[in-house]
Amino acid sequence: MIESFYELFLSRYNYWMAIILMMIGLYALIAKQNLVKKIIGLNIFQTAIFLFYISFAEVRGGTAPIYTAEGVHDLYVNPLPHVLILTAIVVGVSVTAVALSLIIRIYEEYGVIDENELMQAVRKR
Amino acid sequence: MTIINHIPVLLVAIPILASLLILGLGWYDRRFCYPIALITILSQFLASIAVLLQVLDGGTIRYHLGNWAPPLGIELVIDSFNGFILVVILLLAFATIIYARRSVGKEITPDKIVSFYVLFQLLVTGLVGMTITGDIFNLYVFLEISSITAYTLIASSRKPHSYVASFNYLILGSIAAGFILLGIGNLYVATGTLNMAELAVMLPASYHLATVHSAFLFLMIGFSIKAAFFPLHLWLPDAYAESPSAVTVLISTVMAKVSVYALFRILFTVFTTAYIIDSFPVTRFILLMATVAIIAGAILAIAQEDLKRMLAYSSISQIGYIMFALGVANEIALEGGLLHILGHAVMKGCLFMVAGVIIYRMGTSRLSDMKGLSKTMPISCAAFALAGASMIGIPPTIGFMSKYYLVLGAFEAGLWPYAAVLLVGSLLAAIYIWRFIEIVYFGVPHGDPHGDDHKNATAREAPLSMLAPMVGLGVLCLLFGIFVEVLMQAVGPAVLLLLGGA
Repeated sequence: MIESFYELFLSRYNYWMAIILMMIGLYALIAKQNLVKKIIGLNIFQTAIFLFYISFAEVRGGTAPIYTAEGVHDLYVNPLPHVLILTAIVVGVSVTAVALSLIIRIYEEYGVIDENELMQAVRKR
Repeated sequence: MTIINHIPVLLVAIPILASLLILGLGWYDRRFCYPIALITILSQFLASIAVLLQVLDGGTIRYHLGNWAPPLGIELVIDSFNGFILVVILLLAFATIIYARRSVGKEITPDKIVSFYVLFQLLVTGLVGMTITGDIFNLYVFLEISSITAYTLIASSRKPHSYVASFNYLILGSIAAGFILLGIGNLYVATGTLNMAELAVMLPASYHLATVHSAFLFLMIGFSIKAAFFPLHLWLPDAYAESPSAVTVLISTVMAKVSVYALFRILFTVFTTAYIIDSFPVTRFILLMATVAIIAGAILAIAQEDLKRMLAYSSISQIGYIMFALGVANEIALEGGLLHILGHAVMKGCLFMVAGVIIYRMGTSRLSDMKGLSKTMPISCAAFALAGASMIGIPPTIGFMSKYYLVLGAFEAGLWPYAAVLLVGSLLAAIYIWRFIEIVYFGVPHGDPHGDDHKNATAREAPLSMLAPMVGLGVLCLLFGIFVEVLMQAVGPAVLLLLGGA
């Protein structure tokens, strides 16, 4: 019982953290009425994915994959997921920028950033 | 090394440079923007035809970026399947850019025109990149390039509601992109590679792993949201109806098609038919959802009062037809599906162009304002009728040919009830297309006593630069249907490639 609990949860706690963060992010995206909070939720969701990538690349005791005079260390961390996530972070920042500028436009146009009030304002026009 | 060997990378690199050039010269003088965009997309289109002919002649082209061989470097792959898609999307992009000039002048404020052409060019770049890349993470990057530009383009309309439409699309699009990223991560965990060809080789060993199943589901759901496959279509009607007409034409024809292409590519060449039929039987479920999409999309389209919104819901129905091919997954049905990717792009492009022309001349897209429109805009209405006939599936149009292949494919697989659904879908399409035809041809401009038919009186036929691409696409609906054998030379090898035969 304890072993299986350990096997399922504790030895893979990094994935569970990513999943919990992802759920928090998705919840905020769907349930929050405030548009800015939705975007915060989106950022949490994206960060969870980044953490997932970074944590699966980790090797215990691994070093950076650098060639030294003695050659490469035989246990090193795969750098590729880090590079991928660097790209994904840039994408995430751009999406956030576009989203926030859209919220500014919506606020200028309708004077609200709450989704329900926004829907009412849209219907009124 | 001649220039012809570098066409794959030039297809992506030239438009990126062109978008910078548009930005720079447009800052100096706004009139430079349009010719640069036009020339770039025309040259891309011609290059794509050259590449397709080369592929059909001499087999798949693999281009290693920076001469790094695939496991380390990124490769661009053009085979008969994505070569065909490439020609389709660039044909539509070319028609749209011709059309865009007048439409943009009317629907977008002058200070945004430079950014419009820059973003338009980048959107086309992203979609071309998605089509020809052979690396699955590269696919994600190009997907995000096209998505971010699409969000901004949708919001560039003068209508304030477009901001809300764009925001909703952004939320759903980002969730989709997040799922796709997760799926790619899971695939990388399972195999340790990101190259599509290598993934296809290495995945069969781990078909039983939960990692692969979850990767498959994440990718499937992500691309289904991007392709607006029912019931993940909620972003689509607003995004299509509120954006400027030229943008609607581009995203409805090109962008949805590229997402569907990516889905086909992942399902058939990364996961292969062995996985989606035997290891993780998902095709029957897709088939079921596709039939629901066909019927529900068409019924929702019938209920609309706004022309653009009606066409948007019709798109949901038509995506259902393409996914139907994926669900049947035999040779004839897939041929029908690929023909429908082309056919739907051409006819929906034409229909949205007509809607845009009506907005251009009359400033409205409400169906009730269009009574008797055929008297003032006869050519536009005729183009609509032609493309509409193709949408219904009246022979000898391309719409008929693609549905004919789909029905044959369903019969061959023994799926009689599903084939019947296709016919019902066509009947429903006839209803919503006929509504427009009846209003414009037989409707009497109402309310002479109230004097509110002045809109119709002032409306004239559209300017030539909008009329030409519209009529061109309408005629193509007919020509592709009649000369379908020519298309089959490209579609046939593409389907064999999807099914793993060639």
